[in-house]
Amino acid sequence: MSESVVTLDRVNITYGKQRALRDVSAVFPTGAVGLLGPNGAGKSTMLKALLGFVKPDSGALNVLGLDVAKRPLEVRARLGYMPESEAQIPGMNAVSFVAYCGQLSGLPKSDAMQRAHEVLYYVGLGEARYRNIETYSTGMKQRIKLAQALVHDPDLLFLDEPTNGMDPKGRDEMLELIRDLAHNKGVNLILSSHLLPDVEYTCDHVVVMDKGTVATFGTIEALKGPSGRVFEVRVKGELPVFIAALKAAGLEASETDEDVMRVFVPGVPVGPGEDQRKISAVALSAGVQIRHLKPSLPTLEDVFARAIGEA
Amino acid sequence: MSPIHDQSYRRYQGARHAVGGAWGVIAWSGIRAMLAKRAYVFLLIFSWVPFIVNAVRIYLVTNFPQAGSFLGVNPQMFRSFLDSQGVFVFFMTIWAGAGLIANDRRANALQIYLSKPLLRAEYVGGKLAVLLAFLLTVTLVPGLLLLLLQVAFSGSFDFLGKNLYLIPSIILGSLVQVIVASTTMLALSSLSKSSRYAALLYTGAIFFTDAVFNALRLINGSTRMAWVSITANMAQVTDVIFRQPARYETPWLVSLLVLVALVVLSISVLERRVRGVEVVS
Repeated sequence: MSESVVTLDRVNITYGKQRALRDVSAVFPTGAVGLLGPNGAGKSTMLKALLGFVKPDSGALNVLGLDVAKRPLEVRARLGYMPESEAQIPGMNAVSFVAYCGQLSGLPKSDAMQRAHEVLYYVGLGEARYRNIETYSTGMKQRIKLAQALVHDPDLLFLDEPTNGMDPKGRDEMLELIRDLAHNKGVNLILSSHLLPDVEYTCDHVVVMDKGTVATFGTIEALKGPSGRVFEVRVKGELPVFIAALKAAGLEASETDEDVMRVFVPGVPVGPGEDQRKISAVALSAGVQIRHLKPSLPTLEDVFARAIGEA
Repeated sequence: MSPIHDQSYRRYQGARHAVGGAWGVIAWSGIRAMLAKRAYVFLLIFSWVPFIVNAVRIYLVTNFPQAGSFLGVNPQMFRSFLDSQGVFVFFMTIWAGAGLIANDRRANALQIYLSKPLLRAEYVGGKLAVLLAFLLTVTLVPGLLLLLLQVAFSGSFDFLGKNLYLIPSIILGSLVQVIVASTTMLALSSLSKSSRYAALLYTGAIFFTDAVFNALRLINGSTRMAWVSITANMAQVTDVIFRQPARYETPWLVSLLVLVALVVLSISVLERRVRGVEVVS
């Protein structure tokens, strides 16, 4: 694995009686890493702990080779953070706000102002940079949050649900920006999201979280790769009975939004057509009729479903 | 070099300041924001009217000795000047201070601030500096200037020499007023997401404690309970600082302790409320 930018070693965080992170150990390599998980999995808590907002009950956090507990200011000087919720400094226009954030991060005033103009153009707010931020649309507010995180040229970016509330076009543009930063501009980033396509499009690695623990991690390709095959299946008959029969036969099945379900066959293939025969046999035993059976490429959704046990 | 200017994201190669100076950035930004409000600047100018009145008084007494019979220039005058500035301190504290943290909490700005390389103490220090700067401009600065004018108009150091203690008295008296007002206002501002609510809380704290004291004075017929009032405590301590007879029966040390407790309580509130993440248990 390549050099790491973040490491967590047996980190525990508790809010009252709620354990937000349970003995979490993880290594985030350089490049773009997706932090995936359903709401409440502990993604935002992890980012806030890495920023030093939340102190862990136990365990060690290391960012860019620096201990977060001992050198939080040095860590934050090299980080950019785009929070999940709407956040701005009131009463400022975009360019003043971003320049102000640059100054807070240690940039000289003139440099901060120049960088503010540059990053506002980069995120697509060049024409609106003299408008008061409070008049911005949701999509523009997401972009300004990215701009303030970028202005001091951080070595590592934390993006917490960066496409929240954006329309499809804006979302695509935001994902393009993130992908460009990670792949062309050499900025390491951790993208926290519950939207699998966003992570799949922008990241090379993924850490999947569930109920305060790391369910799985690795490169997306490796996780999607050789451990099994996926089939799209549509059946006529009792779906729950079929799913139960598949599980009993050692296969994994997940329903999708459409009437097509995805069946995952783990392990190395025995022979050509063997997986299809196995699924057909299960359908026969469950008394359902297969109407559609087609091999499919594994997606991050399959990885995610398997990791958090939804399959 | 490419003939086409790269307008996309570029890495920053310039200088960076060492951490620790962010409070100054916050303070300057806050001061500029207030000075951009015309009405606030008008209040700031208006708060210097008592200074002008007192400056004229010093001029008359030093240049027309007969005026000294009815217009005395003495240490009491400097004490009274600080008293007269109390009303401006009150209004400026509310106007400039109520939104200092409340507005940031409303806009979720705390997580932006605290994700930068600055300590919570620096954030609070920067906000506090905004209030201190304005309040000292209407207390300490005109107070010391009046003393300088006395020397300038009279052309001698006699008065200053006899009352040298006035210099530390003006400094200390101003600081008592300004620090108590600023920390209390800032703590109340951190309790709410609404600057109006924070302003109401501060007004309530000042007037309610004073009303309680006055009610107790009426009932008991004495001023021993002056320690319940924030303004009475400030007046009592400032009297002692200016070597004037204390105006209430409450021992001045008790008043000082109450003010210290108020400042400590305010700092404790700020320590709890100024965080990058709000934990709801």
